[in-house]
Amino acid sequence: MSPGWMPCGDSGARPMQHILDYEFVLRNAWLIPALPLVSFAIVGLFIRPRSAKLSGFVATAAVFASAVLAWILAAGYFRSAEGGHAALVPWSMEWLRFQENLSASVGVLVDPISVLLMVVVTTVSFLVHLYSIGYMHGDNGFGRFFTFLNLFTFSMLGLVVAPNIVQMYVCWELVGVSSFLLIGFYYEKPSAVAACKKAFIVTRFADLGFMIGVLILGYYGYSFFTGAGSTAVGQPFDFAYLTSPAFLEKFSQVATGVPGLTLITVAMVLVYMGAAGKSAMFPLHIWLPDAMEGPTPVSALIHAATMVVAGVYLVARMFPVFAASEQALMVVAGVGAFTSLFAAVIGCTQDDIKRVLAFSTLSQLGYMMFALGVSTVHEAAGYTASMFHLFTHAFFKALLFLGAGAVIHAVHENDIWKMGGLARKMPVTHATFLIATLSIAGIYPFAGFFSKDEILAAALYGGHPIIFGTGLLVAGLTAFYMWRIYFITFWGKARCEKAGHAHEAPVVMLVPLVVLAALSVVSGFVPFAEYVYLGEKPPHEGINMGVAVPGTIAGVLGIAIAWFLYAGDAGRASALVARMGGSYRHIRNKFYFDEIYIFVTKRVVFAFVAAPIAWFDRHVVDGGVNLTAWCTRTSGAVLRYLQTGQVQTYGAWFVTGVLFVTLILWKMFM
Amino acid sequence: MGLVSWLILLPFITAMAVVLMPERLKHLIRWIAALGTGAHLLLTTVVTVEFWKLASADAASMGTARFTKLYLVEQVPWFKSLGISYLVGLDGISLCMVILTSIIIFTGVMASWTVKERGREFFALLLTLVTGVFGVFVSFDLFLFFVFYEIAVLPMYLLIGVWGTGPKEYSAMKLTLMLMAGSALILVGILALYHMSGLHTFDLMQLATVNYPVGFQKWVFPVVFIGFGVLGALYPFHTWSPDGHASAPTAVSMLHAGVLMKLGGYGALRIAVYLMPEGAKEWGLFFMGLTTINILYGSFGAIMQKDLKYFTAYSSVSHCGFVLFGVATLNLIGMKGAVIQMFSHGIMTGLFFGLIGMVYGRTHTRMIPEMGGLGKVMPWLTVTFFIGGLASLGLPGLSGFVAEIHVFLGGFFGNPWHSITAMRVLTILATMSIVVTAVYVLRGLGKVFMGPIEDKHFLELTDATIPEKISTGILVATLVVVGMAPWLIVNLVEPAVMPIVNRLNGMP
Repeated sequence: MSPGWMPCGDSGARPMQHILDYEFVLRNAWLIPALPLVSFAIVGLFIRPRSAKLSGFVATAAVFASAVLAWILAAGYFRSAEGGHAALVPWSMEWLRFQENLSASVGVLVDPISVLLMVVVTTVSFLVHLYSIGYMHGDNGFGRFFTFLNLFTFSMLGLVVAPNIVQMYVCWELVGVSSFLLIGFYYEKPSAVAACKKAFIVTRFADLGFMIGVLILGYYGYSFFTGAGSTAVGQPFDFAYLTSPAFLEKFSQVATGVPGLTLITVAMVLVYMGAAGKSAMFPLHIWLPDAMEGPTPVSALIHAATMVVAGVYLVARMFPVFAASEQALMVVAGVGAFTSLFAAVIGCTQDDIKRVLAFSTLSQLGYMMFALGVSTVHEAAGYTASMFHLFTHAFFKALLFLGAGAVIHAVHENDIWKMGGLARKMPVTHATFLIATLSIAGIYPFAGFFSKDEILAAALYGGHPIIFGTGLLVAGLTAFYMWRIYFITFWGKARCEKAGHAHEAPVVMLVPLVVLAALSVVSGFVPFAEYVYLGEKPPHEGINMGVAVPGTIAGVLGIAIAWFLYAGDAGRASALVARMGGSYRHIRNKFYFDEIYIFVTKRVVFAFVAAPIAWFDRHVVDGGVNLTAWCTRTSGAVLRYLQTGQVQTYGAWFVTGVLFVTLILWKMFM
Repeated sequence: MGLVSWLILLPFITAMAVVLMPERLKHLIRWIAALGTGAHLLLTTVVTVEFWKLASADAASMGTARFTKLYLVEQVPWFKSLGISYLVGLDGISLCMVILTSIIIFTGVMASWTVKERGREFFALLLTLVTGVFGVFVSFDLFLFFVFYEIAVLPMYLLIGVWGTGPKEYSAMKLTLMLMAGSALILVGILALYHMSGLHTFDLMQLATVNYPVGFQKWVFPVVFIGFGVLGALYPFHTWSPDGHASAPTAVSMLHAGVLMKLGGYGALRIAVYLMPEGAKEWGLFFMGLTTINILYGSFGAIMQKDLKYFTAYSSVSHCGFVLFGVATLNLIGMKGAVIQMFSHGIMTGLFFGLIGMVYGRTHTRMIPEMGGLGKVMPWLTVTFFIGGLASLGLPGLSGFVAEIHVFLGGFFGNPWHSITAMRVLTILATMSIVVTAVYVLRGLGKVFMGPIEDKHFLELTDATIPEKISTGILVATLVVVGMAPWLIVNLVEPAVMPIVNRLNGMP
């Protein structure tokens, strides 16, 4: 990847009919993140205090404009370049200058995966904005909600287009804070407050790793960049430089002093820590299920389709660096595969519809991660597959969340056991939800089938049979838990009064559902490998029957079991639960990870670090100061007697002195 | 008389004008203070523009020779026989600090709009104090520097002792005595530097051409650094700060934490490191270690605090640790970060103490557990408090990040005189504070502003008044501008740090 530095040409004085052509959009690609930012500022400062309704409208319009630009850019970009898609930087400027040859710029990087993500983010974001106009109708914080959504959209797009690791980190933190603000949107609810703090602190902890990774990469990037014989252009922080063979060749030679461990492994595992925090990989996954305290559209946009894939995106963005260390890739693959299984198992036991979807997101993110982990620079099928799954997952998972939102909106209840029989009352929601469920279960011809197929193929043909087996098992489990909630929610009879009176959602909410449903079908047929690949363009392969058949069998099996247990008589399920006993309870309690974390922070860190420090400061350090003051005062009080002006005192001192000297002389000579 | 002298004189004239007013005209006194400090803000803007014009003209023509150049210099001999003169001028660091002080004093006056008792004396003392602060930042004669330094430190005793709350006499006494002890060390250091140079001058720029004997520097450097460190809350000489800040009235806390503590970092950089580079190389790692303790210790200490002022004071101990940590890295990036952190922390902590005063004025409590759900009744104060909090945990897009990334990168890049492994270990320890800071900021602010309303009376409370909105608005805007356009401050600071770096590297 070499950066194609393009000068910022003047954009004025062009005829109107060209204003929306590819050339124009490419040159002004910065508009895509900038529009939501401008809208955020204008809505937040001026419109929100005056008119909530207008805030929603302006915010949505801004993101719509971004989405239009992103689609034009994608259409032009993927069509234009014949032999390989170049990485272009149509706009950049110096932002933060550290010293000579070391500065961080802000800019826009246009390459296959950034264009892909721009399309996904703007599209889903626009649909979620639109949906929220209906969903948040009448909420006191309507204007605030759209302000935050705009802020998020800007930060996410800034992250996606980042041409260097510092911009990535900056926007990374900004999406974190927008996520915090939106999870804590209902700030009067204690559970929402707890959830937003947890999400921020856990991801912040992960970002500590990312930060240290950036420091390491910055230092060695700078050293090799300015070192003898370097012909590099640009800046040491640029991804173009960090992923270049010139840098990797030297960086992978740096030792740590521990045998068998190179610094590149340490650096990339640290960077992966940040990625794992954002993408909620085990054991940093605990914040994502709780993040469901946010309004449902937020869960759809941030905690399913876009922000949580930032970790996957980061690994993909820095893939050549990860690939330079086999151990780092092994960590990525192992953690990803384990998370996908772990979360899928827990997902089978949860009763809150949004939590099931959250665990499903965890599981699917694990899929994307291990797909990257099983690739290499030369055999990069997993890289393509991971990005493909990111693409399709964004649509069907956003659809699932928005569908769940429509249901929750109608029933005012998150517990699936209080729903039931909604298929007839909410036909559009039901149909779209069914499409998404088929898609995530990996049934042909829905989108999930194609991307999952690619991932499993990459694992199998990359020589990772254990990961392939895990993936297959997870595919079955995914089909099972998704169809479990589908049957319980939409089939059978209404289990509570509100579910009996449920009504279909308003049109403004249904339009996004229908659009996403269409995308959940169509996106699978995109000839993805033509557009997104690493190195040489791979030969076009059709569906891998060796993988598709077992994959489909696993999916169908999962659906069948769900049907058997939950479609009719609920007694079968409870009998099974009773048979499983304690292990079911452990799974349902998510293996007690929340409790472990609370124990560690409250009982270990607070009780054994923070509290002793606070005590030490008040009593020992401050005690030292007070002691000094006391000594000074006391010695002053004592020394006062040295000069009282009274003959008696002087006489007393004289006698004492004589006695003292006598005593010493006595001791010395007797 | 030039522009720079006006920077010092204007607050003093305002103080005199306030003193001459009759006590009963409370409104007039306030308005005079507001107008005087507002005018100072304008004057600072004029000076900044002037400075910028001159500096950019030089940048084009002079190359690296401009680094040691001062702008808008005024020099009048004072005690000729001793080589003392009234020498004032500006470089990037000074200007940065002048802008900070000017913003803080204006917003501080706005935030103490409702001071009831002895408003006249209060504003007069506050303005006198600030006169000293401006003097310190523009003096390039060490004797003059020290005179202004004392003017800046002493009125604090009265301001806390008379207008404070809680155990104010104890706090005021402790603060003053500790800072005086620091001053004594500084005075010893300055006199030693004066004598040793043999030049018979207190002119900083001339003293900076002297190569002091290494043995001398080894002994004097730590004395001067610790002397300034006391004011910069260097561990373990920081304990005046929590008590002092907790007892001080709002504007005084703002000024003290926002500006006065910066005198410590400023002096450590300008006098200790600049004049005694060999001493700095000897002791750098030691002080990096101490300031790493500062950073972590302050942030862990803050987790446990119940009183909002103690909470912010411990957070300041942690953040001021970054200033001295940056100074101790002895490289361009780190020292630049130290200056940016001084600015950023000044604005941030000024905002915090201002807001705490505003919240306290309404709820009549500063105890975190007694508050809750205030976001519903005071949205303006909530939003501004959160922005301040996010700046303090180093959120990119706000000024704190710009400073912290410099300091971390500086520490990680190391310098030729210390073990790079040791520096990196300390830096990584210091980076851990970004997590701890997030923990205490979110815990504290989450409890106060989010969640259910703790007390029904809170529902009757009001949001910010106009002066309060002006005050917090300016501070927040500054945080955002520096965070989004960091080149504004970086371009100002970098040329001014260069001579210090060059002197460390043995270049003229």
